[in-house]
Amino acid sequence: MMAARQAMPHQDAKERTRNFDEVALGYTEEQAIAEASRCLECRNPKCVQGCPVEIDIPGFIAQMKAGDFDEAIATIKLTNSLPAVCGRVCPQEVQCEELCVLAKKGEPVAIGRLERFCADHERKKGVAAPVRAQSTGKRVAVVGAGPASLTAAADLAKEGHAVTMFEALHDTGGVLTYGIPEFRLPKSIVRDEVEYIKQLGVDVKVDYIIGKIKTLEELKNDFDAVFLGTGAGLPKFMGIEGENLNGVYSANEFLTRVNLMKAYRFPDYSTPIKRGKHVIVVGGGNVAMDAARSALRLGAEEVSIVYRRGEDELPARKEEVENAKEEGIIFRLLTNPVRILQGDNMTVKGVECIRMELGEPDESGRRSPVPKAGSEHVIDADIVIIAIGTSPNPMILSGSDGLKVSPRGTIVVDESAKTSIGNVCAGGDAVTGAATVISAMGAGKLAAQTINDYLRNN
Amino acid sequence: MSYTILEKKQIAPQVHLMKVLAPDVAKAAKAGQFIILRIDETSERIPLTIADFDADEGYVTIIFQEMGKTTKQLAQMTDRDVLLDFVGPLGKPADVRKLGTVILVGGGVGIAPVYPQVKAYRDAGNKVISVIGARNKDLLILEDEMQAASDELYIATDDGSKGHHGFVTDVAKKILDSGEKIARIVVIGPPILMKVAAGMTAPYGVETIVSLNPIMIDGTGMCGGCRVSVGGETKFACVDGPEFDAHKVDFNLLMSRLGLYRPEEAQCQENHQCTCRSGN
Ligand SMILES: Cc1cc2nc3c(=O)[nH]c(=O)nc-3n(C[C@H](O)[C@H](O)[C@H](O)COP(=O)(O)OP(=O)(O)OC[C@H]3O[C@@H](n4cnc5c(N)ncnc54)[C@H](O)[C@@H]3O)c2cc1C
Ligand SMILES: Cc1cc2nc3c(=O)[nH]c(=O)nc-3n(C[C@H](O)[C@H](O)[C@H](O)COP(=O)(O)OP(=O)(O)OC[C@H]3O[C@@H](n4cnc5c(N)ncnc54)[C@H](O)[C@@H]3O)c2cc1C
Ligand code: SF4
Ligand code: SF4
Ligand code: FES
Ligand SMILES: [Mg+2]
Repeated sequence: MMAARQAMPHQDAKERTRNFDEVALGYTEEQAIAEASRCLECRNPKCVQGCPVEIDIPGFIAQMKAGDFDEAIATIKLTNSLPAVCGRVCPQEVQCEELCVLAKKGEPVAIGRLERFCADHERKKGVAAPVRAQSTGKRVAVVGAGPASLTAAADLAKEGHAVTMFEALHDTGGVLTYGIPEFRLPKSIVRDEVEYIKQLGVDVKVDYIIGKIKTLEELKNDFDAVFLGTGAGLPKFMGIEGENLNGVYSANEFLTRVNLMKAYRFPDYSTPIKRGKHVIVVGGGNVAMDAARSALRLGAEEVSIVYRRGEDELPARKEEVENAKEEGIIFRLLTNPVRILQGDNMTVKGVECIRMELGEPDESGRRSPVPKAGSEHVIDADIVIIAIGTSPNPMILSGSDGLKVSPRGTIVVDESAKTSIGNVCAGGDAVTGAATVISAMGAGKLAAQTINDYLRNN
Repeated sequence: MSYTILEKKQIAPQVHLMKVLAPDVAKAAKAGQFIILRIDETSERIPLTIADFDADEGYVTIIFQEMGKTTKQLAQMTDRDVLLDFVGPLGKPADVRKLGTVILVGGGVGIAPVYPQVKAYRDAGNKVISVIGARNKDLLILEDEMQAASDELYIATDDGSKGHHGFVTDVAKKILDSGEKIARIVVIGPPILMKVAAGMTAPYGVETIVSLNPIMIDGTGMCGGCRVSVGGETKFACVDGPEFDAHKVDFNLLMSRLGLYRPEEAQCQENHQCTCRSGN
């Protein structure tokens, strides 16, 4: 009989809705070894194929079984430079864990949690300062400071290139800092990762917008090569009536106020935020879950997710959907907003919604929802948060003639991450549209390789 | 990052001028653009228009009015203090071209953002008629600078303590009525002034440009908090603006959104006053 998957210890559900501390507490050493022991160390490990950066999963797990966590983290770090982040936020159930042989019986090895354990173990001990490589004399500009850029910068600095990172905001980390809340990804982890790349010699410039202070055109002349990891930060709205009313936020604004500006500590921190009583979040992805759970922590009485498809189609990580439910978030599935109703002084009073039914599968294979006539109903709300997606930040495009961009606004690259401009590569959400941390990192890695090859030959 | 205040002086009651060392911003700045600053770790990000800049000396001048917690805190700072963040230049530059004769109208601290535009329109070969106004003569800023930069300067005060007794829009209307061919009017000031000006110029069919000041955070197009409605379309003022066609702007929406955080702002100030030795 196979041992059961070790449950993740959590902060109590009632308790945690009143604070922004991390929800998942991490395995104890005993739990970590017990969970590691479930791995069969498959000869042909399927799990590895599910990991975008191909971590040697059975390898590091075998080292954990032997209690050798230092070796385990070294193995992980061969291909993944942000394990403390990935172990927490990767959608494991559709990546490594989905392909684990034990998944067929419903209980894959908790690969992400084990990875997190190793990373946290190392963090507690203090990460050794990296040795700087011999300088190549080549200079590379990295635009943005999200996971794609952090990965590219680290890999390029390790090769001995002089890397300068330019970030528009006053803090680094990209979505890891302004989007994903503290209770899911403590900011100290992101800060440590940035500290690490600084120790590698990367010159990090915040408050620096490419397209404004300098154009891409100038950058590619000043540097030997450029990497663009500018993300997909432009929020989409639905275009329905009432969307500009007071109390309607994009998830980006809501989360930026909470995370980057620490509005949850208002007035000690000066950035205000509206603490609604009845909050509606439109959307079903990680962003929607994060916004809903943040609103709850800000003191809302009732927070609902309004999503036009069904439970199975929710794009958010399963674990976070479960956490959200445990915390009391209401899921109004197969429901779509039609318009936002206006109260006094141009504020929000409620949202008129319509019930949806799943129709025939569309090109993507997903069954697309169709509205059910006559099912309109009103849900009371004073705050509405729109979390229906984002598209690439367009600011980089001013002064970047020759950079090929798709009709969706994504930067076009070839299979080696090269853009249409000679010494410029790109990767992450700026290329794919909103995706995942690990895919952005994978792209940063690939681009670093391409740039490195290019610099060696030029 | 950190940005040193080279010089700070009070230029009118509750109105201050600050020169901030920010060479990269100064080098790239153009009339019509703005910066966002953060004083310290717990501070909010606030947008202020670039009132002047010197690429050689590497500084940017801002002029701000004490409104609430952050601008009051900023007013307490002095020469050689440092600001934690100062990012820009943000927004699209003003669309300055040779058009003929243009009227530039500045109300209150709105005179500050008008000033670099006066210079830019002049440099582009236009005849510039400036109209500036304030509640009273003490609140009138940059009078000498505006005098020097403009072809003609008119003044209006609400209480008649200087120039025309009344509003800047009255003066601008007189100029339009005089029959002189005006190619464009630029109006910057409180939203209510810009709204009134838009209504005033509409019958004349003169192109009218306003610079909108909705609540902003990032200033990079990432949050959508600064959205305004222009010609029925939603625009993000920080990247699509801040300048728009006055005749298409929904000013009522702008004004209502500007009031969104009044209760929080009041609370914020109360808390702040207990802990700081603000003399204002
Ligand atoms: C709320 C939220 C929750 C999420 N949850 C998860 C999750 O649980 N798991 C997961 O795998 N993924 C999650 N994602 C998605 C994931 O965070 C992104 O896919 C990932 O961060 C993309 O990385 P990136 O480096 O491409 O871009 P970003 O992280 O977006 O970073 C881009 C950076 O570039 C900067 N920039 C943009 N333009 C310029 C310019 N012109 N000049 C200078 N700097 C510029 C931006 O300010 C930003 O800091 C979530 C996203 C959000 C918003
Ligand atoms: C593009 C732009 C350029 C501006 N240029 C100037 C300038 O040159 N000189 C000047 O004195 N003022 C300018 N402002 C307005 C200035 O940003 C606000 O007065 C300031 O943020 C008020 O902050 P506070 O904390 O002192 O006051 P608060 O008490 O917090 O707010 C007072 C009022 O200011 C507005 N406000 C508050 N927060 C913001 C914010 N984050 N962004 C915009 N408005 C806000 C609201 O209407 C609020 O009711 C500009 C605004 C914008 C958008
Ligand atoms: S990086 Fe993500 S996908 Fe890869 S093993 Fe770790 S949790 Fe799984
Ligand atoms: S597939 Fe599962 S059991 Fe096999 S090596 Fe990978 S984690 Fe271990
Ligand atoms: S201030 Fe955030 S999009 Fe304009
Ligand atoms: Mg304020």
